Amino acid sequence: MSIKTHAEAAQEFIRDEPRTDWHDETLWFVRQKRDKSVHTLPEWELLRDWASRIKNHTLSNLDHYLKSFENNAIANGIKIHWASDAEEHNRIIYKIIADNKVCKIVKSKSMLTEECHLNEYLKDRGINTLDTDLGEYIVQLRKEAPSHIVLPAIHLKRQDVSETFHEHLNTEKGNYDPQYLAASARHHLRERFIEADLAITGVNFAVAESGSFVVCTNEGNADMGVHSANIHVACMGIEKLIPKTEHLGVFLRLLARSATGQPITTYSSHFYKPRPGQQMHIVIVDNGRSRQLGRADFRNSLKCIRCAACFNTCPVYRRSGGHSYHSTVAGPIGSILNPNLDMKANSDLPFASTLCGSCSNVCPVKIDIHDQLWKWRQVVVANGYVGKAKKAGMHGAAWILSNPRIYRISGKIGRWVMRTFPFIINHPLNVWYKQREMPKAPELSFRDWFKVNQ
Amino acid sequence: MKVGLFVPCYIDQFYPGVAIATYELLKKLGCDVGFPMDQTCCGQPMANSGFSGLSKACDKNFVNNFSGFDYIVAPSGSCVLHVREHLNEGASPAEIDRIRNSVYELTEFLIDILKVTRLKASFPHRVGMHISCHGQRGLHLSSMSELVDPGFSKPEQLLNMVDGLELLKPARVDECCGFGGTFCVFEEAVSVKMGKDRIQEHLRNDVEFITGGDTSCLMHLEGILKRQGSGVKAIHLAEILNSNL
Amino acid sequence: MEAREKILQAVTANKPDLIELPEMDLSQAVRYSNLVEQFMNVLKASGADTFFENSGNLLVTDIDSVKQQGDFMINLLEKDERQEWEELTASELKGLDTCYIRAQLGVAENGAMWISEEQMSNRLLPFICQHLVIVLDPADIVDNMHQAYQQIKTGHNGFGVFIAGPSKTADIEQNLVIGAHGARSLRVYVI
Repeated sequence: MSIKTHAEAAQEFIRDEPRTDWHDETLWFVRQKRDKSVHTLPEWELLRDWASRIKNHTLSNLDHYLKSFENNAIANGIKIHWASDAEEHNRIIYKIIADNKVCKIVKSKSMLTEECHLNEYLKDRGINTLDTDLGEYIVQLRKEAPSHIVLPAIHLKRQDVSETFHEHLNTEKGNYDPQYLAASARHHLRERFIEADLAITGVNFAVAESGSFVVCTNEGNADMGVHSANIHVACMGIEKLIPKTEHLGVFLRLLARSATGQPITTYSSHFYKPRPGQQMHIVIVDNGRSRQLGRADFRNSLKCIRCAACFNTCPVYRRSGGHSYHSTVAGPIGSILNPNLDMKANSDLPFASTLCGSCSNVCPVKIDIHDQLWKWRQVVVANGYVGKAKKAGMHGAAWILSNPRIYRISGKIGRWVMRTFPFIINHPLNVWYKQREMPKAPELSFRDWFKVNQ
Repeated sequence: MKVGLFVPCYIDQFYPGVAIATYELLKKLGCDVGFPMDQTCCGQPMANSGFSGLSKACDKNFVNNFSGFDYIVAPSGSCVLHVREHLNEGASPAEIDRIRNSVYELTEFLIDILKVTRLKASFPHRVGMHISCHGQRGLHLSSMSELVDPGFSKPEQLLNMVDGLELLKPARVDECCGFGGTFCVFEEAVSVKMGKDRIQEHLRNDVEFITGGDTSCLMHLEGILKRQGSGVKAIHLAEILNSNL
Repeated sequence: MEAREKILQAVTANKPDLIELPEMDLSQAVRYSNLVEQFMNVLKASGADTFFENSGNLLVTDIDSVKQQGDFMINLLEKDERQEWEELTASELKGLDTCYIRAQLGVAENGAMWISEEQMSNRLLPFICQHLVIVLDPADIVDNMHQAYQQIKTGHNGFGVFIAGPSKTADIEQNLVIGAHGARSLRVYVI
């Protein structure tokens, strides 16, 4: 079965218009919270500029920072693993699990483990991993993928969650109260935390100069897991590095404000050393990132700190839902990251945008997302990942538009046809006409008028 | 001051009134306006669809038509942005650079170059302002809701000079209408939904007209308004600024 | 070490020319005329209960009333008590009702409080308790995160955390629910 393109999936999503409105408004509410929050800081644009430049610097010296991070982390008693791709990442984690003969595994939100499909990999080997972020827990129970990197279950309504919890946690049928539902999950997951052998987390920031890393959550699930379990495995992409501890000040000020409008996440946990008797592992993953680093036009997408502000502001994302992007990271940032991972499979994504530019404006690290979408379109087409009809249409248009005489004649004929035989144009096969009237075709073009009236 | 009037292809063909208003307005403000007859299209439709290679001939044609002017002015933020960012062929790099920097969207030309502070225009209607993304976020014709910056708006500055006009803003003041060039057909469902949502917000303000600086956005909104049987009309800013002048 | 070499080689080959770090004028960052008020307001908005007092009487009353209820509580404000909690496991701590702890520093811009391993003695305590009570000296409140990182010694211990409210989630329809997986409530005494 082939995966639906963004346009096809979006069309299906929009068929339920009230639900689309609800999805749009819910995410717009998050964008508004972000606006309110950032407007309390007069230095906001300066902060973005610093963050962008710190990340640009880091990427330009990334090999050095990776090595220094590794050295310092090892000195702190942390075990470092390197993974070239998703498969190797999964294999490393499986080996840690097998070597320690453990089976009770809790995981806090990590988009990298989603990108690597770790859960499925472990499941195939008889190991169940429990996602503990409430949103991820919900989608895991429903056997769905997250639709948003910060709000994984944002595509679901409370009624959906209630039904899922009734089925799996035996909660009261028809109780849609978010307070009740969240409390039920808390109650259920507390036991899982307490008995956990191994906890997997992501990494928000890795500090080269100290070999430490920071994990941010609101729920406290990362901390509940790692401080309970005897083994902590943290997974990070190579782009998570920042040079110094003082830079955390810049990024922690930007992250939550951009993501949810909070001034900071409830917990910003700084890990330096394992506690006595605990094993601490870090898996450093490439999985296409070093290739993206080599693409001059696209390398600065690696600055991304996964706040999802670009999702929330994107008028297309809000009206098409995360699953329409058929990738772990959806939204505008996903549309510039995913073609690097698999250009053919994701060739539709750079076109899932009006290039309105709002994404680049909200980005806390100033990634020029909409410009990169435009550039990916060129790359995708140059690599031949474009439909025949579109290609033919573009060649035809280019021919007409580069010949002034042909342009004038075609225009005249076109307008005449539209006026005289409107049914030829106003037809279901004309996609424009499905839900919109065609513009009125005037008898005289401006050019014709100008010749007479100048 | 020799001003070349750049009339985007779809305006030439479908909305000559917008070009006429622009032409008349510039003339009345004292510009020596020329209209190069062999101009066609800036090449944006191809480039934005990933075929920037196919817009080279359009580049050359554009340069041939417009190299003799001090300023090039168009009633379209989107087409101006394309020329400014992507014009590449047809002359020496220095000349290309000069042309790129002399192309102006109408409202920025009126405010920044002509320094218009008064207009003898009258339009006694309730008008909803549609901010077009390429003009705003691309050409910085107005401040953007995402940024922590002082507020300003060149189009609004001009509309405020018009007698009797009551300017009304939608709740989401600068959300995209969903036109997006070929996006409007390749992502038809999202495109139309975005347009419907913009219109809905304007209707809540009980507007008679929706105006903006880009005819492409207005054509899209107009298409939806007409299908809905709405009495609200889309009108280009130039037509308002030129009314009763 | 094959992957390590491969990755580092690719990064070296693909990275752009060196770009300098920005010079950051941290004095441009936000400051507040009343640090305590700003700090407490942000915390309240994050769902915490805040108390500002000179005497410490309210805190004493708080501790006494929890003691009277007879629930499992841990008071890390008393230095001598710290050691005995160090070794406790998650299952031994699962009944913990209230935990009292001192923060080294508070940040006015976001209500975050820095607690290092030194103060918590057992990393689980601030998270596994149902109710967390944090005590802070008003003199230890700074304006913003930049100042905070200048003051705290982050690498001093193996672990440290900024806590800025009770645990919370908005994962169901963006409805804010206080009490996710960490503490269900947070009381902050600025004394």
